[in-house]
Amino acid sequence: MAEFNQQSDPDKRPLTAKVQPDGRPLSLKDCEKAGGYRAVRAMLGGMSPGDVTQRVKDSGLRGRGGAGFPTGSKWSFVPMGDNAPRPKYLVVNADEMEPGTFKDRLLLESDPHQLVEGVIIAAYAIQADIAYIFLRGEYVLAEERLKTALAELRAAGLVGKNILGSGCSLEVHLHTSAGRYICGEETALINALEGRRANPRSKPPFPQVCGLRGKPTIVNNVETLCNLPHILNNGADWFKGLSLTPNGGTKIYGASGKVRRPGLWELPMGTPAREILEEYAGGMRDGMKLRAIIPGGASTDFLLESQLDVPMDFDTVAQAGSRMGTGTMIVLDDQTCPVGMVHNLMRFFAHESCGWCTPCREGLPWVEKILAAMERGEGQPGDLEQLARHVTALGMGLTYCALAPGAMEPLGSGLKLFRDDFERHIRDKRCPWS
Amino acid sequence: MLTTETKNEILAELAHSETNRMACIESLKIAQRQSGWVSDEELCEVAQLLGLTPDEVDGVATFYNLIRRRPVGRHVILLCASVSCWVMGYAALRAGLAQTLGVEPGQTTPDGRFTVLENQCLGACDHAPVLMIDNDLYRDVDAEKLGDILARYA
Repeated sequence: MAEFNQQSDPDKRPLTAKVQPDGRPLSLKDCEKAGGYRAVRAMLGGMSPGDVTQRVKDSGLRGRGGAGFPTGSKWSFVPMGDNAPRPKYLVVNADEMEPGTFKDRLLLESDPHQLVEGVIIAAYAIQADIAYIFLRGEYVLAEERLKTALAELRAAGLVGKNILGSGCSLEVHLHTSAGRYICGEETALINALEGRRANPRSKPPFPQVCGLRGKPTIVNNVETLCNLPHILNNGADWFKGLSLTPNGGTKIYGASGKVRRPGLWELPMGTPAREILEEYAGGMRDGMKLRAIIPGGASTDFLLESQLDVPMDFDTVAQAGSRMGTGTMIVLDDQTCPVGMVHNLMRFFAHESCGWCTPCREGLPWVEKILAAMERGEGQPGDLEQLARHVTALGMGLTYCALAPGAMEPLGSGLKLFRDDFERHIRDKRCPWS
Repeated sequence: MLTTETKNEILAELAHSETNRMACIESLKIAQRQSGWVSDEELCEVAQLLGLTPDEVDGVATFYNLIRRRPVGRHVILLCASVSCWVMGYAALRAGLAQTLGVEPGQTTPDGRFTVLENQCLGACDHAPVLMIDNDLYRDVDAEKLGDILARYA
């Protein structure tokens, strides 16, 4: 079960306002007493789908799955009106598989109704008929709690046909995945939902126009959708005001590794990494120094200790040479081998390559083998050049999807920032940390 | 062989699925609940229920990490091998499992009690290292705690 220790504060921390001290979700009745589904009722009572999309655009909400694409703009590519193809689909990406990322687990387990309220809002905005929640197979507690929440909602007429007598209908299905990182890529996820191997699809056409079963489809991350009820209730300006930077809202940040108090915190978007790590995660364990972080999941570039004052938002972390990604930081301490850490990451990516395109299928295992040999003390002169060639050859635009380019972010930055450590492995024919 | 109960469960899944193919992964998961893995014979039965070819269904089955095409023990241990757990003591935990059970990831104990498999990030990184046994998540696990945890599984 996910743990969360911040006090409830609906004004400053809307996403976690209904998280209970014991982590159990509220029943539908208690959830409604605490303000749940107020946004859906107000929306069905007087907002047009275009109004909803405009408000989300005005709020500046950007996708919390890692890429940070503006949510309202994404929706606006969906064909609308009576002649639009049907059915249209809203898909929740609840396949949290980015290594080091555990934020959606909290939202799914402790407040499933908040997510479903977001689903109903997004579905209304694009006039979707059917919603799928694509959930990690390993998240069994979230599955149980989502099933309970959906059963409550069906009984109350909040999902299904003619929601609250509004004339709008939405079927919500829960799909549990059988596990594959590539399902986080939205076209691969769509193939998985169709019961196929989760290879990514060629784009264009984009899913907004031609997605699940060839119909218009929006795929949104859990945390993104959870923001929607609050944006509808409180307005775009309020949402922007939550943030310290122009990227609006709050963010669920996390830290793992050898910090004193690993965990999750809902904080203003743009909170500096150093503040998160020192004030909230309690700094490093005794006798350890922070050497670098991976700011937001395995597929982001390392940032050094000297770069930690960077505000954690989409634009600023990008200017610092990395990406905020999922906002859950993985800490590299001074007693852990950076080459070993990069090797672990490459092992993950090599395993999770879907095998569709050659550079990714062949390149990632090659990289993994070179690093494994280096860790065993069998590194060869020329290995670093070979690794650097892969960083170039597997870059953005040279592979079918973003998996391999994402994998190259920690490799490329690791090679630059920990050059001495890599060279020492080869020169001394051993891992200095083992 | 799939039991009548399993087949009925798959048929019920098909009944509320938009297309038969869309129920493919769920059907394999239902079939797998019988004995923890999907045999060739069972895979063909699933294919027949879905109206797909066995090759199509096997292409799907072999793609996904959580569908198993080889026999497993009565309990499956999923050892998180991803980065936060690696930093926090995955190697010691793996060694502890090897010492206690005498098997490496990918192997089953001779008594058929446990299969140990490596798994990608289990999404509980604030309590690394972690592992799952069947549907139960264990967090902050170290080699000392393993004995007590494993004793819960017969």
